[in-house]
Parts: sequence; structure tokens; C-alpha cells
Amino acid sequence: MILRIDPQSAEPIFEQIAFQVKATVARGQVEAGYKLPSVRELARELSINPNTVVRAYDVLEKDGVIVRRKGAGCFTTGRGSELAAPRKREQLRELLQRAATEAFHLGFTPDDIRTALDRALERLQFRGDETRGEEKQENNS
Amino acid sequence: MTSAIRFDRVHRYFADHAVLRGLDFTVEPGSIFALLGRNGAGKTTALRILLGFLEPHHGYCEILGTDSRKLSPRERGKIAYVGEDHRLYASMRVREAIEFEAGTRVGFRRDFVTKAIDRCAIPLGQRIFQLSRGQRAQLALVLSVGTEPELLIFDDPALGLDAVMRRELLDALIDLLAEVGCTVLFSSHHLHDVERIADRVGILHGGQLIVDATLDDLKSRVQRRAWIGTGTPPPVAGTLCCRRRRDGYDLTLLDVDATTENALTSGGAQLAPPSTPTLEELFLDLTADDRSGIFSASPSDQAHEASA
Repeated sequence: MILRIDPQSAEPIFEQIAFQVKATVARGQVEAGYKLPSVRELARELSINPNTVVRAYDVLEKDGVIVRRKGAGCFTTGRGSELAAPRKREQLRELLQRAATEAFHLGFTPDDIRTALDRALERLQFRGDETRGEEKQENNS
Repeated sequence: MTSAIRFDRVHRYFADHAVLRGLDFTVEPGSIFALLGRNGAGKTTALRILLGFLEPHHGYCEILGTDSRKLSPRERGKIAYVGEDHRLYASMRVREAIEFEAGTRVGFRRDFVTKAIDRCAIPLGQRIFQLSRGQRAQLALVLSVGTEPELLIFDDPALGLDAVMRRELLDALIDLLAEVGCTVLFSSHHLHDVERIADRVGILHGGQLIVDATLDDLKSRVQRRAWIGTGTPPPVAGTLCCRRRRDGYDLTLLDVDATTENALTSGGAQLAPPSTPTLEELFLDLTADDRSGIFSASPSDQAHEASA
């Protein structure tokens, strides 16, 4: 699990950590029973106050995302995974929102954008053929 | 639980110059408190009073429940202090410095210290004058916590260190904190470091603390808004700073609510969406000019300044 923080962000550091653990679990990138880094390891890795890591883990434990086993450390429960679908949908919405906004400012109509999206999807599907075609062209030149 | 440190309306003068004018704050056990201030704000004076090296002219200062003027050797043993000059005997080798400390301080954990110094990759055979400034800072830090202190006091530990050495010092400190878990009071100029490790920050300006809050509180309660309109922004409660900008003013506001927003947008002015200032921006906003008692400053004064 790779955690990154931005100390200057408006979001408190402990919330940033808690959210990232939740997001990683939600995306299904770690399985239930995954061992989180120890307080000391994570504090060192992120160069932050160990108290802050403790706070983040407290939040995660309270929300049922992790369990603490005495002497062994913190482990994910895997219970967060049902969050996966809504979280993914949220990300998709954000991506499309951004693309749509940029396209609008480039002066395209909704129909133009829809067609462009369809084309992009088609291209994804036929990617294999296309690259082969390009190789052929390169060989010819 | 009693506070680890308590300043109670402490005043201190040097000749007729008042350095501290009613310094008032407490540090709770187990927390990390960062004391910030510009050069000459009185940070070192406050720490020296706290340690009993200087007497307050008025007021009272308590450390681990004892009057700082009456600290016994036993109580001093619970406090670790690292001054800004990292005072060590330059001709000693690192190994000798450890032995020296072990021979003069009760309960000094030689193994713990040797291990910690090893982790910092400082060679034990090196003479102290041959160490880099960063290594000396790390050594002073590690030696100071050799006796498992309850309280760590650092006077600008990162002074004169470059970014890499500061990070190494910070790592050494974090390691120690995870292991020892004590209360820390430190002064600093490096606000990025402070944002990473402090629980609470105090900003010393004009001899008093003008901010005394947790970092999370500052993030959630202070916001910056651009005010765009004609004339000057109306005086509202909680204005910390008001500075001219293109087309209007940049406001730094505390505890903005609907009433504040309505007051500011009355008369057709526009208020940009909020952003959270970084600690550095907030520090600049609050200490760049001579202002007194920011959190208690009357809003009309601020507005008056703005129009001036």
C-alpha cells in the first residue's frame, strides 16, 4: 500500500491517511488481512508525527476498515470492499466531467463530444489491429 | 492531568525593551508544540525562562508541575534541552561524547543512544569538530534524549541546516518520538517541517502569542477569500488580515459563517470561493506588519488599516 500526503493541503493529515487506506481497500488493491505499516514505519516514511498516524488508525478502526491485534499490528478487515462500486463510479464521473468541461471550452457541441467518446471507445477495442497497421507502415517507409 | 508546560502572563525586559509582554500558553502532555515567531520575537527568551536560566520579571512559568525558578536536579533530569548551537565538546570523539554523557547523567541508556547514532550513520570514531552541522544536530538530539526524558525542548533544532539534513534530523526525531513518546516544545523557522509534525502551533509576535491552536483547527477555521468590490471590505468579526490585491482585497478570515459572508457581499461585492492558507502564508499574514493581539483585534481597526 503506497500512501502519500500533502502537509499543506486543507485536509488534516490524519484524514488524508485514513481516506487513502479506505480508497485502496475500496479499489480492491489489498485483500482482507493485509497488514498495515506500523505507526513508527509510517511516521518515518511520511516524515510525520507518530501521533498523527495513531489518529488515522483510530479513525480506521472506528470505521471498521481495520482491526488492531495486540502486538501484531493493524490489519484490513476487507469490509470496506463493498464501497468499491460507488467509489469507482465517482471516479468515472469526475473523469468525464473534466473531459466534458475542457471540450465545451474548445467549442464542441454535446453531439461532437458524444461522437468523439464513441470513437475513443472504438479505438480502445481495436487497438491491437491499429498498432499492427502502424508497424506495417513503418516497414514500408 | 496537569500541563507539561504552563506560561502564565510572563513578562521579560532587557533594559527598557519588553521582549515578552504577557506570554500565556500551555503544552499538554504527549503533544508536540511548535513555537513560531520572527527573528527576535522572543522564542529563545521564552525557552530560557522555561528552563530557569532567566527569571521572568512578571508572571509565572511552570514546567512538569514545578515553578521553573525552583527546578531540582532530579526534575532537570526529566527534561532534555537542545540549544540552537548544539553545544558539544569539539575535541571529543563521538564515542567519548557518549561515555561522557553516560558518566555524568543518571539513567543514561548507552545502548539506545549508540543504536540511534548508528541509525543516523554517524561514525563513532569521528571527532566532533569533523562532523557536519547536520550530524552535530543529530548527535545533540540523540544525546539529549538518552535519559528517557519526559519533556524535550528544542531551540530551533534545524537552524542552519539544508533541506536534506533537516529531513534527516526530522527522521531521527520521529524515530525517537515513536520509541519514547514524550512531550515536545520546539521553536522553528521551517514551517514545512512544522506542518508535518506539530500537533499545535503558537505564533509569538509582539511579546505575546497571537495564535495558539492545533494545526487541524487552523486548517478548518481559517480561510482566505478574495473580496472584489468597490471601496474597502466592510469590517467583520474574525478578520485576521486584509491586503490589497488586483481588483479588491485578499482577506484572511477566522470562523466564517453565513452572517460574515452576507456582510461581506452586501453592496454587490463578490467573494471568491475559500482556500486554506498554508501555515507559511498564515504566518506571513499575521506577522508581516506590526499588529497586536490578532485574534482579539477589533475588526474596525483592521478595516481602518485596510483603507489607509
